[in-house]
Amino acid sequence: MAKYKNHILVCGGTGCRASQSEAIAANLQKAVDENNLGNDVQVVKTGCFGFCEKGPVIKMVPDNTFYVHVAPEDAEELVLEHLVKGRKVERLLYIDPETKAPVSDSRHMDFYKKQLRIALRNCGFIDPENIDEYIARDGYSALGTVLEKMSPEEAIKVVKDSGLRGRGGGGFPTGLKWELTYKSESDQKYVVCNADEGDPGAFMDRSILEGDPHSVLEAMAICGYCIGADTGLIYIRAEYPLAIKRLKIAIDQAREYGLLGKDIFGSGFDFDVSIRYGAGAFVCGEETALIHSMEGMRGEPTVKPPFPAQSGYKGKPTNVNNVETFANIPAIFLKGAEWFNKIGTEKSAGTKVFALAGKVNNVGLIEVPMGTTLREVIFDIGGGIKGGKKFKAVQTGGPSGGCLTENHLDLPIDYDTLLASGSMMGSGGMIVMDEDDCMVSVAKFYLDFTVEESCGKCTPCRVGNKRLYELLDKITLGKAEEGDLTLLRNLANVIKDTALCGLGQTSPNPVLSTMDNFPEEYEAHVKDGKCPAGQCRALMQYVIDQNLCVGCTLCSRVCPVDAISGEKKMPHFIDSSVCIKCGACMEKCKFGAISVQ
Amino acid sequence: MAKVKIPDNKVQELKDICKSFNNDPGELINVLHQAQQLFGYLPAEVQEIVADEMNVSVAHVYGVVTFYSFFSMLPKGKHPISICMGTACYVRGAEKVLDEFKRRLDVKVGETTPDGKFSLSCLRCVGACGLAPVVTIGERVYGRVSPDDVKKILDEY
Repeated sequence: MAKYKNHILVCGGTGCRASQSEAIAANLQKAVDENNLGNDVQVVKTGCFGFCEKGPVIKMVPDNTFYVHVAPEDAEELVLEHLVKGRKVERLLYIDPETKAPVSDSRHMDFYKKQLRIALRNCGFIDPENIDEYIARDGYSALGTVLEKMSPEEAIKVVKDSGLRGRGGGGFPTGLKWELTYKSESDQKYVVCNADEGDPGAFMDRSILEGDPHSVLEAMAICGYCIGADTGLIYIRAEYPLAIKRLKIAIDQAREYGLLGKDIFGSGFDFDVSIRYGAGAFVCGEETALIHSMEGMRGEPTVKPPFPAQSGYKGKPTNVNNVETFANIPAIFLKGAEWFNKIGTEKSAGTKVFALAGKVNNVGLIEVPMGTTLREVIFDIGGGIKGGKKFKAVQTGGPSGGCLTENHLDLPIDYDTLLASGSMMGSGGMIVMDEDDCMVSVAKFYLDFTVEESCGKCTPCRVGNKRLYELLDKITLGKAEEGDLTLLRNLANVIKDTALCGLGQTSPNPVLSTMDNFPEEYEAHVKDGKCPAGQCRALMQYVIDQNLCVGCTLCSRVCPVDAISGEKKMPHFIDSSVCIKCGACMEKCKFGAISVQ
Repeated sequence: MAKVKIPDNKVQELKDICKSFNNDPGELINVLHQAQQLFGYLPAEVQEIVADEMNVSVAHVYGVVTFYSFFSMLPKGKHPISICMGTACYVRGAEKVLDEFKRRLDVKVGETTPDGKFSLSCLRCVGACGLAPVVTIGERVYGRVSPDDVKKILDEY
């Protein structure tokens, strides 16, 4: 990157591309050319910056000016003002919500201040389609060091000493996994990268693959050397076309440079990577199911043991790690196990990437040291709750996790604390909810997901989750009877104890955690027939305030079922036995006379 | 289901796809991906040919096709509409957006309009959570969609 004086980094992640970042990059390039700056300024399409809320985002380097909500029309002004005249375009700068002052340097923004980016170290800094930029940031030098200076045992020891644990959700020590596969004797072994990110609301793996695909390839090669495998397979969702495209480019470039293929760095070590496609099945994130899917079968899990480390893909020892886990590996070898181990908490070393989404001001992808509190993540980095509403819960771990409340906000986040409080780390989805979200509906939403995604192999998951869903449905419809809550809890516990794989064993977590943390909300649904958050339609009643209604008749005209009656210029009434609770009247009323009870 | 007649040249193309993966049953999912690209969906007739070529039972192919949500046995509309039902979109009101699409198109999820123009489906997270709720039509992504936007979006097509 030395040749150019200035770089314009344009976020090319899926989110920003959906809001025209491609056109922005093209217009910027045009403006650069028109102003004859082509020799000094380079426009680079990078991976995700993480600050999706403010997208499309661009950054000027070297002065680190961060422009938000950029539109293609702004390109010319940005080039003329910022680059030609050296003046910042004030109107596109990020405004600090507290001080209301513009902040130009991304390093001074609250969103970035508390972050520590290891797995995301290159995302948003390099062009992911150019291997030279990765190499310029010490890319593939970890692989070189390992191949030239270390034995597989020594390299495995580094990973073990680092304390790295699986970032896909389980938290199994990575070094130990490698060692187990290393010790399995076989003529053929495999390295598998799990990129089947099925947790709704999590997109860290996709962003890493889109923003820094080489780091995963490098780590897979290191892993191959350690366990004695010459073949790597990446199992990726077909729903991630951009990540697939960039991975393919990265694989081709690495082959061309001799960093994949035969006799890498003249060490005699052969390693190559190919891609396998998922086809939309959440359970395939479970490693035995994933392996079956790669073999062209239905992605149904099998009982462990045997573990994939003994008998995996095609019956051979296989080491399966998730994308984020792999992305940490090169950094660990470059900076040392001790450096990594010092970050985070005693039992959970390093950082974790979270996809922060939902009712939070700064939606985006963040990476923080383990042990950071939920409060810091949601309020400092996330900028608090949207629209000044009250924080109610945060859901971590996706459909396998649970909802945590205000009481958990000061909990340091790591694998063990989350598990102890009834949730889990999962892959790192973090969905923030406010006072308007009904916890019973949220539990129902997740059960709906699990019911659809259950592979059907074992009865507790196939039938039990369906019954759980029906009970929750009954509660949200106001038809629950006394005793249903006890039944709900008992059934949830049975599923947890008896299901075959991780999906079924964790699927009742959203129910149990919301029951534990919001018992009054369940009771209000069952005993009083009320939904405190005003979400459950069947439990709502629309009423017209007789003092506020002026009789304009607008509401009765929009009502699709003629439930509203009344004389002109006289207060109107809603017949609740006819009302379908569509809310059309409330939206139209100009006098705020209609409310929900 | 009505029988679908596959033109001979397409049959040959399908066989070539199988061959390009050495008719290896382990590559079944990759074959089905390409077959779906070729036909737009995977009717029973396509599955029979694939089973024949790869020397596995039709039941096995059918089992795989129905297991994965990405594969469809029904033709999609000219403009396939997908509503993201990931958690982030859900808490930002995706369900109401879905209801509006259902109402305006008068179809259920998984169905296609009678004129074949639109089909409606849900998907789990496209990963553009910053834009929630998200709707995709073909390759195009619409962000921060509210029920009021639905008419305008449909009018574009």
